[in-house]
Amino acid sequence: MSKPASATGAGRPLPKAPTGITGLDEITRGGLPRGRPTLVCGSAGCGKTLLAMEFLIRGATEFDEPGAYITFEETGEELAQNVRSLGFDVDALVADGKLVFDHIHVDRREIEEVGEYDLEGLFLRIGFAIDSVGAKRVVLDTMESLFSGFSDMAVLRSELQRLFRWLKDRGVTTVITGERGDGTLTRQGLEEYVSDCVILLDHRVQEQVSTRRVRVVKYRGTAHGTNEYPFLIDEQGISVLPVTSLGLAHTVSDERLSTGIDRLDTMLGGKGYYRGSSILVSGTAGSGKTSIAAHFVDAACRRGERCLYLAYEESPHQIVRNMRSQGIDLQQWIDKGLLHIEASRPGFYGMEMHLAVMHRLVRKFDPGLVVVDPISNLASAGTADGAGSLLLRMIDFLKSSSITAMLVNLTSGGKSQEATDIGVSSLIDTWLVVRDIEVGGERNRGLYVIKSRGMKHSNQVREFLITDNGIQLEDVYIGPEGVLTGSLRLAQEARARAEAVEQQQQRERRQRELERRRAALEGQIAALRSEFDAIEEEARIVAEQGLVRDRARLQDRAAAEALRGADRVEE
Amino acid sequence: MNEPAQAAADAETWELRLYTAGQSPKSVAAFQNLKRICDEHLKDRYTIDVIDLMQNPRLAREDQIVAIPTLVRRLPDPLRKIIGDLSDTERTLVGLQLRRRD
Repeated sequence: MSKPASATGAGRPLPKAPTGITGLDEITRGGLPRGRPTLVCGSAGCGKTLLAMEFLIRGATEFDEPGAYITFEETGEELAQNVRSLGFDVDALVADGKLVFDHIHVDRREIEEVGEYDLEGLFLRIGFAIDSVGAKRVVLDTMESLFSGFSDMAVLRSELQRLFRWLKDRGVTTVITGERGDGTLTRQGLEEYVSDCVILLDHRVQEQVSTRRVRVVKYRGTAHGTNEYPFLIDEQGISVLPVTSLGLAHTVSDERLSTGIDRLDTMLGGKGYYRGSSILVSGTAGSGKTSIAAHFVDAACRRGERCLYLAYEESPHQIVRNMRSQGIDLQQWIDKGLLHIEASRPGFYGMEMHLAVMHRLVRKFDPGLVVVDPISNLASAGTADGAGSLLLRMIDFLKSSSITAMLVNLTSGGKSQEATDIGVSSLIDTWLVVRDIEVGGERNRGLYVIKSRGMKHSNQVREFLITDNGIQLEDVYIGPEGVLTGSLRLAQEARARAEAVEQQQQRERRQRELERRRAALEGQIAALRSEFDAIEEEARIVAEQGLVRDRARLQDRAAAEALRGADRVEE
Repeated sequence: MNEPAQAAADAETWELRLYTAGQSPKSVAAFQNLKRICDEHLKDRYTIDVIDLMQNPRLAREDQIVAIPTLVRRLPDPLRKIIGDLSDTERTLVGLQLRRRD
């Protein structure tokens, strides 16, 4: 009988126990090694206890695997208290018999060692805890306290070795926490006993910004992510940010979204942005970038889409108030639950953490549009070299989720308008630049489209006006005096209008004159006509008189002839 | 010599508890050693309660038992714990405060 290849071990996947912790299962490719111990180590306050606790709670609630929490430091009540603030109802789980706590406390001061002993009591207690709930998952937090409780290290070490073997034999998935030592993973060398999986947690402060990171140091018999991944602890527990190594395989949409500004739609091929594209709006301070974003948000909410606005400069109230002055009521969308403005200080935590927060918010809120205002501030939260790759991940993440991203970038005045500080321009599909045009003692705004992939877009600079009714784009005046904006444009337009009026008047004057001349000619024609008529009349009268006279003469002659009785004379 | 600990010990009944795990050699040795020491130093003034954690693991919680065997002096106050097979009589007496540490 030939065994299938997968059963020989090479291709057989290691059985794993999913942790249920967001992101951790991704980097461990499915969870912790089932039925084996995993060491979670790190310095004080790095989140070991929480990770262990969440592993148990999620096991009990999501995977129907009861858990036993053996604590050597805090009491079970203290632990329950700590995680209750994270929204885990530990008491209910304990009452349901899905979770059990045992606090093992060893106080050296009240113990005298006389003769030989072993730690069978520890085994019995752990065994009892496991049996009482039928635990599949066990946490030992932090065993190192035992090292201060006993003086016979040889006994302790051999007993620990026996303990881990025993736990393996019982088939429970175990998490052992350990304090980070100087130059070693754990102070007491616990990693010697746990050879299957070691996870290192780290809480680092770099340039006064703290970031939590997790790394799978070793995971025997399986592939795993080897990088350091930032993670986050908040009211939903831990979430690890798997740094996606995205290919460029995301699907794209042909759907077009209105920018919320009519003229801008026409500039972008008449229809606006593509859905799921990344839009960069860059410009100097006060050039109206946020307004462009607000218009887009407003338009999206009008379509009934959900929008997530990550503000790193202004508070939600401030944004709502400022946009109201332009006639955009964002509050109504917030009230309807379509818009969520998340404001935080860029320096509040590291860039990775911002990304982790964004991940979580996107997962929770499921938006169609994400606005980041501004990305330049975000970059100041971390080191400059990390910022670029981080934004890449952010954009990648949004793209792969088919979420339209609008990134606002504040450029500093001295630099070229076309350079982004963080160098993300190559990832951007549509890039709008708002620049100030300083001419004639004023500063006016101009807007143009640097690029817009996959659509015909205008190459024109438009003057960008922020009015009570939102943004308006006007043609700039291009004349013999160059490109004019603002009041110069208005003056130029007024001049043009005056010229037009003048021309109109001239035309009217000329028309009137011609009319007059025509009327005069008509008068002359009428006079001549009447003269002509008079002459004609006279001629007719003359002719008539001649006829009458001839007739009379003939009559007279006939009468005379009759009188004379003369013979006929032919005339 | 009339030591204070000795004086206090004389007045009361001693309540001792020995935690064992089945009939392991260490547990058996501890019980025998304890019995011998008590007969010698606390004649008729002691009770020994042997608790087999194999039978009743839940009882390990109350006295925070980790090592086996563990002897707990419940009375007189204060609570004392001695772990090991009690093979060293002198140190056991010190641990039980029946003899001052020299």
